[in-house]
Amino acid sequence: MDFDLSEDQRLLKESVDRFITDQYGFEQRKKYMREPAGYNPAMWDQITEIGLLGLPFEDTLGGFGGGGVETAIVMEAFGRGLVLEPYFATVILGGGLLRRAAPEATLGALAPRVAGGKLKLAFGHVERHSRYDLADVTTTARKDGSGYVLNGAKSVVIHGDAADKILLTARTGGERRDRAGIGLFMVDPTSPGVARRGYPTQDGLRAAEITLDNVRVSAGDVLNDNALPLIEHVVDEAIAALCAEAVGAMQVMQDLTLEYLKTRKQFGRPIGSFQVLQHRSVDMLVALEQARSMALFAAVMAEETNPIERRKAISAAKVQIGRSARHLGQEAIQLHGGIGMTNEYAVGHYFKRVTMIDQMFGDADTHLAFLARHGGLFGRAA
Amino acid sequence: MDLNFTKEEIAFRDEARHFFRTAIPESIRAKVAEGEGLTRDDMITAQRILNARGWATPNWPVEWGGQDWSPVQVYLYQDEMQQANCPSPIAFNTSMVGPVIAQFGNEEMKRRFLPATANADIFWCQGFSEPGSGSDLASLRTKAERKGDKYIVNGQKIWTTLAQYADWIFCLVRTDPAAKQQEGISFLLIDMKTPGITVRPIVTMDGGREVNEVFFDNVEVPAENLVGRENKGWDYAKFLLGNERTGIARVGNSKAKIARIKELAALEFAGEQPLIQNARFLEKLAAVEVELKALEMTQLRVVSDERKLEKGKQNPASSILKLKGSVIQQQLTELLMEVVGPYVMPYQREFDGKNEPIVGPEYATEAAPMYFNYRKVSIYGGSNEIQRNIIAKAILGL
Repeated sequence: MDFDLSEDQRLLKESVDRFITDQYGFEQRKKYMREPAGYNPAMWDQITEIGLLGLPFEDTLGGFGGGGVETAIVMEAFGRGLVLEPYFATVILGGGLLRRAAPEATLGALAPRVAGGKLKLAFGHVERHSRYDLADVTTTARKDGSGYVLNGAKSVVIHGDAADKILLTARTGGERRDRAGIGLFMVDPTSPGVARRGYPTQDGLRAAEITLDNVRVSAGDVLNDNALPLIEHVVDEAIAALCAEAVGAMQVMQDLTLEYLKTRKQFGRPIGSFQVLQHRSVDMLVALEQARSMALFAAVMAEETNPIERRKAISAAKVQIGRSARHLGQEAIQLHGGIGMTNEYAVGHYFKRVTMIDQMFGDADTHLAFLARHGGLFGRAA
Repeated sequence: MDLNFTKEEIAFRDEARHFFRTAIPESIRAKVAEGEGLTRDDMITAQRILNARGWATPNWPVEWGGQDWSPVQVYLYQDEMQQANCPSPIAFNTSMVGPVIAQFGNEEMKRRFLPATANADIFWCQGFSEPGSGSDLASLRTKAERKGDKYIVNGQKIWTTLAQYADWIFCLVRTDPAAKQQEGISFLLIDMKTPGITVRPIVTMDGGREVNEVFFDNVEVPAENLVGRENKGWDYAKFLLGNERTGIARVGNSKAKIARIKELAALEFAGEQPLIQNARFLEKLAAVEVELKALEMTQLRVVSDERKLEKGKQNPASSILKLKGSVIQQQLTELLMEVVGPYVMPYQREFDGKNEPIVGPEYATEAAPMYFNYRKVSIYGGSNEIQRNIIAKAILGL
């Protein structure tokens, strides 16, 4: 057992960290956010050049075959920078779905384009009443010759407005919440019958509403006609990635708060000299270290092949990250006082991002309920 | 990064698991599982079994019976011991006074005390806290005056755990009243049979008798019982307190408690269903399990890091082990009590020594006393508030 990074992982970490330090200062990010796309295409090119877009793919496909730990390294750094570019949507979700759920020919054709920065992806899975249930799919896929015709709508598709192709779930058979009969399709957002409305999210990223009105999908764009277990694995990997991103964001909030406690003076001395604030910042540290531990656990367990063990571990991590981030984030704002409330200062932006992460792919309570239903983590099973 | 244990580590874990579950008498392990107090004989029996294998003092220098284990082995040893409900070696002996004597004592003192301490031929207790010196330990006033080849000790210690069992006490005493607080303290070993020592029990709210007051009235202590140098006792005390970094989280104990809670929750009913199927109960338990898993990972991070850190340096994560570990232990005793339901109410120590049947299921009797008793874990060894002071200063630089 060891927690050391391999030589390759260390080099990856160095290069991503350098990118964030050099290119993703808070003031620089503010400028990127004002670009028409809501992110900076020049940064997308840089992320491409560093080679990060090929993370999940084998080297024959232009990637470097990264796993959970590599993903966590990149995402933690991106969390520190609050990266705006559609990396998570394109590589972690899109790339993951291609890798795990698409036919080899499709993967072979698309992965090099993703890795080369030529193809941005998004994943539509939320519907009006589905909340966090990936099996609650009412969008329909009707067989039509060798392809399908899709009808329905997908909500809050992260970076759906930037995507060149949208991967989405639609029901090929079964009833509304059945686990069987959920297909995975690739839709070109410019094709007839697709309507797309992009908008900013609370944390300054982008999302889109997608409606599908008799949208024809050719056989080549049917990735999988019964995909739920594979999608669940990709979502588990995505949750692990979000956990790492949240840890990066939490670390910045902790650093900013400590810096503020040491420099802000009231009553003639630094406010960090007051015991009530010292103890509260220690509790923030506890929350951060517990979250970091579970993000590591998630990174490793994301590759677990036993689905129930994997999902329990990922749920446990999502619970810890949700609880820790909420506590640490609220305290970070409170300890800053008025300046923490402003849009101009950084800490609020980190707070908003971790708050949104809790709402993605199941909040802390949803995952706690899942974990409880499946006997918890220790001792005898229920 | 690899969270799996190596083949050798797994073999060691299995060896430890087998040993703790077969060599330590079932009757003793059952008491630990139930939270029932151990007798002096129980503790000594368990420690001698461990010591016969060289496993009572793995943290000591090898020449005095230590094991030179890797941090991972130490972790596995503790985890398996705690999960098996095996009593830990007497902490006063093996993780407190033993390492101090091994580090700072002279050769004669080591020969005289270390083998007997490892084998629990001497049962030690700790004389640190005083009525006026709890969190502010350095303000202690029990004084030791040098008269020829003796110290004359006068004063009072309090919260002295298991003083009623102890053969010897290791004490912090003031030897230089004129010096700055921390610089006038010495570390003295005192035979409890010396005339002038009185032990008076303090009954805690759970009805237990663990802690005591110890009074010293002109107690004569041979000067050779001074550990190290006079007035350097505060340094030795800091060494002692900083010694145990990872076992302090007691993750293995908490795992054993969770297993117990789940076992009992299958026997107790809430309406038509056993409690183990009650969603609200399971979610409360799962919330603690998540925190415990995180703490276990935090501990493993510290363990893995220990190989690389210079001596004396501390991984920031290690500072949270006691803070979080104590709260988790308390939450689990709370849940254990909730599982039992109304049968937590009878105060059954009332029946000790009488030939009367217990009321309700056997497992119910200690649930409430254990809950009450475990409030101590966030108080002893430096309260959680003192821990926060230390972390704020040492780790956060506030």
